Amino acid sequence: MNRAERPFEFFTASYITRIDNERAQNLGELRAGLAHCRDASIFYHTFQALGRYHFLTEGFSNDLAQWVLASLNRPRLAEQLGSIDVRSYVDLTGLRQDLVRTVDEFLRAYPTAADVEAFEPFYFCSSAEVLVALGWEAWTLAEFRHYLERMGHGSFHFHFLVSRLRLQLHSNDFSVWFKDALGLEHLARLTERIDITTDTIDGAKAHLLRLIDRELAA
Amino acid sequence: MTPPAATASRLMQLDDYVPILGVQEIDDLRALAGRLTGRTVQMVNSTAVGGGVAEILSRLIPLMQELGISPRWDVITGGNDFFEITKAFHNALHGGPYDARPQDFETFLAYTAQNRQRLSFDAEFTVIHDPQPLALIDARPSGKNHWIWRCHIDLSRPNPRVWDFLRPYVCRYDGALFSSPEFSRQLPIPQYLFFPCIDPLSDKNRELTADAVHEVTGRFGIDTDRPVLTQISRFDRLKDPVGVIQAYQIVKRYADCQLVLAGGSATDDPEGAQVLAEVRAAAAGDPDVHVLDLPPWSAIEINALQRASTIVIQKSLREGFGLTVAEALWKKKPVVASAVGGIPAQVIHKHTGLLAHSVEGTAYQIRFLLSHPSLAQKLGEQGHEHVREHFLITSNVRRYLALFLHHESHGRS
Repeated sequence: MNRAERPFEFFTASYITRIDNERAQNLGELRAGLAHCRDASIFYHTFQALGRYHFLTEGFSNDLAQWVLASLNRPRLAEQLGSIDVRSYVDLTGLRQDLVRTVDEFLRAYPTAADVEAFEPFYFCSSAEVLVALGWEAWTLAEFRHYLERMGHGSFHFHFLVSRLRLQLHSNDFSVWFKDALGLEHLARLTERIDITTDTIDGAKAHLLRLIDRELAA
Repeated sequence: MTPPAATASRLMQLDDYVPILGVQEIDDLRALAGRLTGRTVQMVNSTAVGGGVAEILSRLIPLMQELGISPRWDVITGGNDFFEITKAFHNALHGGPYDARPQDFETFLAYTAQNRQRLSFDAEFTVIHDPQPLALIDARPSGKNHWIWRCHIDLSRPNPRVWDFLRPYVCRYDGALFSSPEFSRQLPIPQYLFFPCIDPLSDKNRELTADAVHEVTGRFGIDTDRPVLTQISRFDRLKDPVGVIQAYQIVKRYADCQLVLAGGSATDDPEGAQVLAEVRAAAAGDPDVHVLDLPPWSAIEINALQRASTIVIQKSLREGFGLTVAEALWKKKPVVASAVGGIPAQVIHKHTGLLAHSVEGTAYQIRFLLSHPSLAQKLGEQGHEHVREHFLITSNVRRYLALFLHHESHGRS
């Protein structure tokens, strides 16, 4: 069995939610907030929302789409915001631009929607990440599988989804290690295809375990 | 009804939560706590028993101890005059009328000074709960310790005089914790979202056998062969029990259902007794409306009533966090609730329950769920997962650990 040149080190991430001193009571205010809120706020309402609500597999993508649907009753805009796939972004600047552009396009088509008051305000929040090493190191795929099975939601979300912001790659920590440290390019590619936006973290993890089992059996 | 004989309840340990959370999440907690081993934490509040804060602390402290942290829980003391004033502050911060006199503030500060002398404040992390001990920030020693204010109440519409008095103390903390963004204020210090929590192993939330549930429904004459709609809340106008009856009466035109309104004892609360009378009048002798005035030691009964329900309602006009919603979701019940206070954090509309804004809307959502049982089941199951992730005592421990580590690495603000 291949022994990696460097081990995979497992971390777990916890987030505390900071309540920012800003709220939106209508779409115009949401647009303004999206344009100038902190990057940590864009992260909280998109990337981190997927982790917070990973158990919702249908019709939930991010906090913004949910608010537009539930509090403004604008299903078209909610659908457009919800279809923005965070996995397409390796930085928050591009994601912010697309969120603002989506709202702008809607407001151009429906200018009177800007001032319609929502049932409940949208509260801008942001994340503070606390990262802790789990003290686990895998040198082989079998060892990796052993620890993957024991990995909690915070750890999987961090290595699989949040990693692309750190790596600035359309990839994840697992795929990078499979490819660069173990030379398992095919497994890396299959891992990148796992769709965490339509699956739970447990489902995505089970998918990855199946891929690894197949690789180990080959 | 008389209270049952006291039974010794065993303190829960982390391993007791493994069947609920999985070993992975407990591993994560241990890893986080590993960086805080031996660190000292002080929790300060105003009561050792009774009330939600004391209940949470009594469960939080042993779990922190088991994780290798050195927590201490101190309770401030004061005379009746102090607690009358802090009760008035509490109501005023919730927006109630209060004509504060200068001597009220003096009394508040005099008892604060007494508690400063009586208690020691040498912990690395000090968490002060609610307004009663707020001014203890005066006792903060110089050094690298961190002081956090945990506000369990809704500050969105405070009485200006009381808030103007308290605000300068709040601003001297390193951070403030609120149960909902809606409850927070514009402050120059970091504010964090800290949900309250339930304990899945407490009498109110632990698994019950079908026989135990049946015993309770039988005792109250509830027919479990027909749909049961339930609202658990004290008899208070802000919980809108009469609005719940009106919604039920609309639903009843379409479905042969029953309504259970179960709340705390109204014997020591004149307004509660009046509301209870109004509720009974609104029920107008309908045998399918069960108005249950329960004593405070009814945790098992509440648990059983929630488990026997087809749909749980929380039609509050104004709400604190509304943890009865989390209790119902934990039992996988579909919930129809008002979008007030902390409820929208628990009921994600169309994902973990349904939100409503009126009597008619509440009735419509109930009818919809009664005619779509598979959707109702899905909402309940997703609600259970939502509670597992965010509203259990273990999530609360994790949040505190993360907060301490974050503040330690970022220093005093």
